[in-house]
Amino acid sequence: MAKIKLKDLVKNYDKVEVLHHVEGEFQDGEFIVIVGPSGCGKSTLLRMVAGLETVTSGEIFIGDKLVNDLEPADRDIAMVFQNYALYPHMTVRQNMAYGLKIRKISAFEIDRRVNEAADILEIRDYLDRKPRQLSGGQRQRVAMGRAIVRDPQVFLFDEPLSNLDAKLRVQMRLEIKKLQRKLGVTSIYVTHDQVEAMTLGDRLMVLNGGYVEQFGTPIDLYDKPASVFVAGFIGSPAMNFVPTELKNGKVALPGGTTIDVASKGAGEVVLGIRPEHLVANDKGAIEIEAEMFEQLGANTLVHGHLKGTTHPFVASVPGHVSNESGTVMRFDAPKEQVHLFDKSTEKRLED
Amino acid sequence: MLKRVHFSKTWLPFLLVAPQIIITLIFFIWPASQAVYQSFLIEDAFGLSTEFVWFENFEYLLADEIYLQSFGRTLFFSAAVAFLSMSLALILAAFADRVVRGATTYRTLLIWPYAVAPVLAGALWVFMFNPTLGIFPYFLEFVGVDWNHYLNGSQAMGLVIMAAAWKQIAYNFLFYLAAMQSIPKSIIEAGAIDGARPMRRFWTLVFPLVSPTTFFLLVINAVYAFFDTFGIIHAVTQGGPANSTTILVYKVFNDGFVGLDLGGSAAQSVILMLLVIVMTFIQFRYVENKVQY
Repeated sequence: MAKIKLKDLVKNYDKVEVLHHVEGEFQDGEFIVIVGPSGCGKSTLLRMVAGLETVTSGEIFIGDKLVNDLEPADRDIAMVFQNYALYPHMTVRQNMAYGLKIRKISAFEIDRRVNEAADILEIRDYLDRKPRQLSGGQRQRVAMGRAIVRDPQVFLFDEPLSNLDAKLRVQMRLEIKKLQRKLGVTSIYVTHDQVEAMTLGDRLMVLNGGYVEQFGTPIDLYDKPASVFVAGFIGSPAMNFVPTELKNGKVALPGGTTIDVASKGAGEVVLGIRPEHLVANDKGAIEIEAEMFEQLGANTLVHGHLKGTTHPFVASVPGHVSNESGTVMRFDAPKEQVHLFDKSTEKRLED
Repeated sequence: MLKRVHFSKTWLPFLLVAPQIIITLIFFIWPASQAVYQSFLIEDAFGLSTEFVWFENFEYLLADEIYLQSFGRTLFFSAAVAFLSMSLALILAAFADRVVRGATTYRTLLIWPYAVAPVLAGALWVFMFNPTLGIFPYFLEFVGVDWNHYLNGSQAMGLVIMAAAWKQIAYNFLFYLAAMQSIPKSIIEAGAIDGARPMRRFWTLVFPLVSPTTFFLLVINAVYAFFDTFGIIHAVTQGGPANSTTILVYKVFNDGFVGLDLGGSAAQSVILMLLVIVMTFIQFRYVENKVQY
C-alpha cells in the first residue's frame, strides 16, 4: 500500500512534448481514474508510472521512494493490459505463478497464493488451461489474478475492459471496484470511457492534449467542471454550449430572450447547460425547435436547435414525449445549474 | 468457403497450368525417373555396355565403408551448420529486435549474405583462409595455430561449416526477427513488470514463443545443409583433403562425373531423394501440429 506522487512530470517524444507538467498526489488505497480522449497522453502517463516509458523531467514517487530510474521489476507494481498480455504458452496457473517464481517464493506459498486468487476471481476450474482456451471475460480475470497474487503496492490498469462486450464490461467494472475496495491497494486506471471513469474512480484526472484539465471527485467534475472540455467530456448526453454575452446577471440567448445566472461579471462567455437540467416550462426562455426524439424508456432525448439559429441543443425530458418534427418546445434552466465559461480561456467563471 | 469459379470451356484451366506441369515433368520428374532407372544399371566408363542389376548398386553402397563414413560426416556437417547458423541468427535477431534507431539499416545489412551465390560465398572464404595469402591464417599464426585446410581434414570441415552457416544466417535471421516482432510487446512488458530481467524474458518468454519458427528452420536448415551446400564445398575444398569434406551430395557428383560410376552415383541420389521426401513429410506433418502453445 502506498501513496503515489507525480511532481512536474514532463514527457517528450523526440522534440514533441506530449505531457506538460503533470502534478498529482494519490492517497493510499485510493482508486484514481485517468480519463481523456485518445491521444491525450493518459496511457503514456500510466506507462511512466509503470516504468515502461522513461521520464523526460519531473519526479514520480511510489511510497516515499523516487522511482524515476527504477526498473519496472523494482517498483512493486502490477499491471493489467488492454489485451491482457497473458503468456500464451503457459497455463493459467503458470501465468499467475510466473512473477512469484522470479521472486523466489517457495512452491508451497506460490500454490497457496494462486489458489487464493483463483477463488477470489472464480477461475479455479480453468487453472490448467491455456489462455487460448478461455473466453475474453475469463482472460480478463486471469490478468487480474496475475496482478493480485503478486500483492503489489500499486495496481495499474490500462483500459482493461475495452475488449469486452458491453454487458460483460458493466459486470467486470463492478467486480474491479469491489476487488479494489476489498484489497485496498492504490490503483490507477486509464480509460477513455467517461461512464467507467465516473463509476470506478474515487477521484478522476481529466487529461486533454497532455494537460491536466481537472482533478477531483466525479461529483465535483460533474457539478463544477473547470473548463469547457471537462464539461463536455463528463456527462452523457454531453452538455449544451452557447456562446453569448453576460451582463447584469443575465445572459442573452440568440432568440432574444435572457436567462438569469448567478455570476455578476460581464463580457463574452460560453453558456453551458446539461440536457438533464432543462425543465419543461411553457413560458421558459429556452426555445428548442425539435427535430428528433430518442426514446430511452425512462426518459426522452429531444434533439433540436435553438429557435431561429443553427445551435444544436439537446434536452432530456422524463417519460415518453413525442412530437412532430419542427415543434417548438420551451424550457427553463435553474440558475444554480447553469455553467458559465470565459470565452477566450474556456475556463469556468466562478459565481 | 470460397465460391468455385466455373469456366465454360473445360480446356482453359488445363492450359493455364500446362507450363508449370511441363516444366515439372521435364526438369524434375523425368530426371528423377532416369536416376531411379540408372540406379538399377551398371555401366562401363565409356557407356559401351550396360547391365541391369536390380539392387546391386545399393547393396554395394550400404556395404561401402567410405559411403557410410560420408553419411556420418553429412549428419555431423548438417547438425553443425544448422546449430551454428540458427543460434547466431537467434542472437542477432534478439538484438536487432531491441534496436530502435537505424533498425532498417541493420536488418538490410544482415540480409545481404543470403543474396550471395553459394560458389561466391565459398570463394570469399577460400580467399580469407588461404594458407599462403589469406588474412586469417596470418592472424592465426600469432596465436600459434598452423592453418592449412588443404592438408588438415578437420580444419577443412570447420571451414566449410563456417562458410555454409554464414550464408544461411541471413535466412534464419529474417524468420527469427519476423517471429519475434509478431510477439505482442505487452507480453514482454508484462514479463518486465513481473520482475523478469532481459535474459530471463528471452529464455522464458521469447524463446518458447518462437519455437514453431525454430522447428521450421531446423528442417529447412537440414535440407539446406544436405542438398544446397554443393557449391560451397566445390569452391572451398572439392571434398578434400582425403574425402574429409565429402558429404553425400558432393559424393554423388564426384562418383558420377569424376569417377564415372553412373549407377552407383544414381543409387546415391535415389537415397538422397528418399531422405528429402522424409524430411518434407516430417515438416508438413509436424510443423503445423506438433509445436504449438
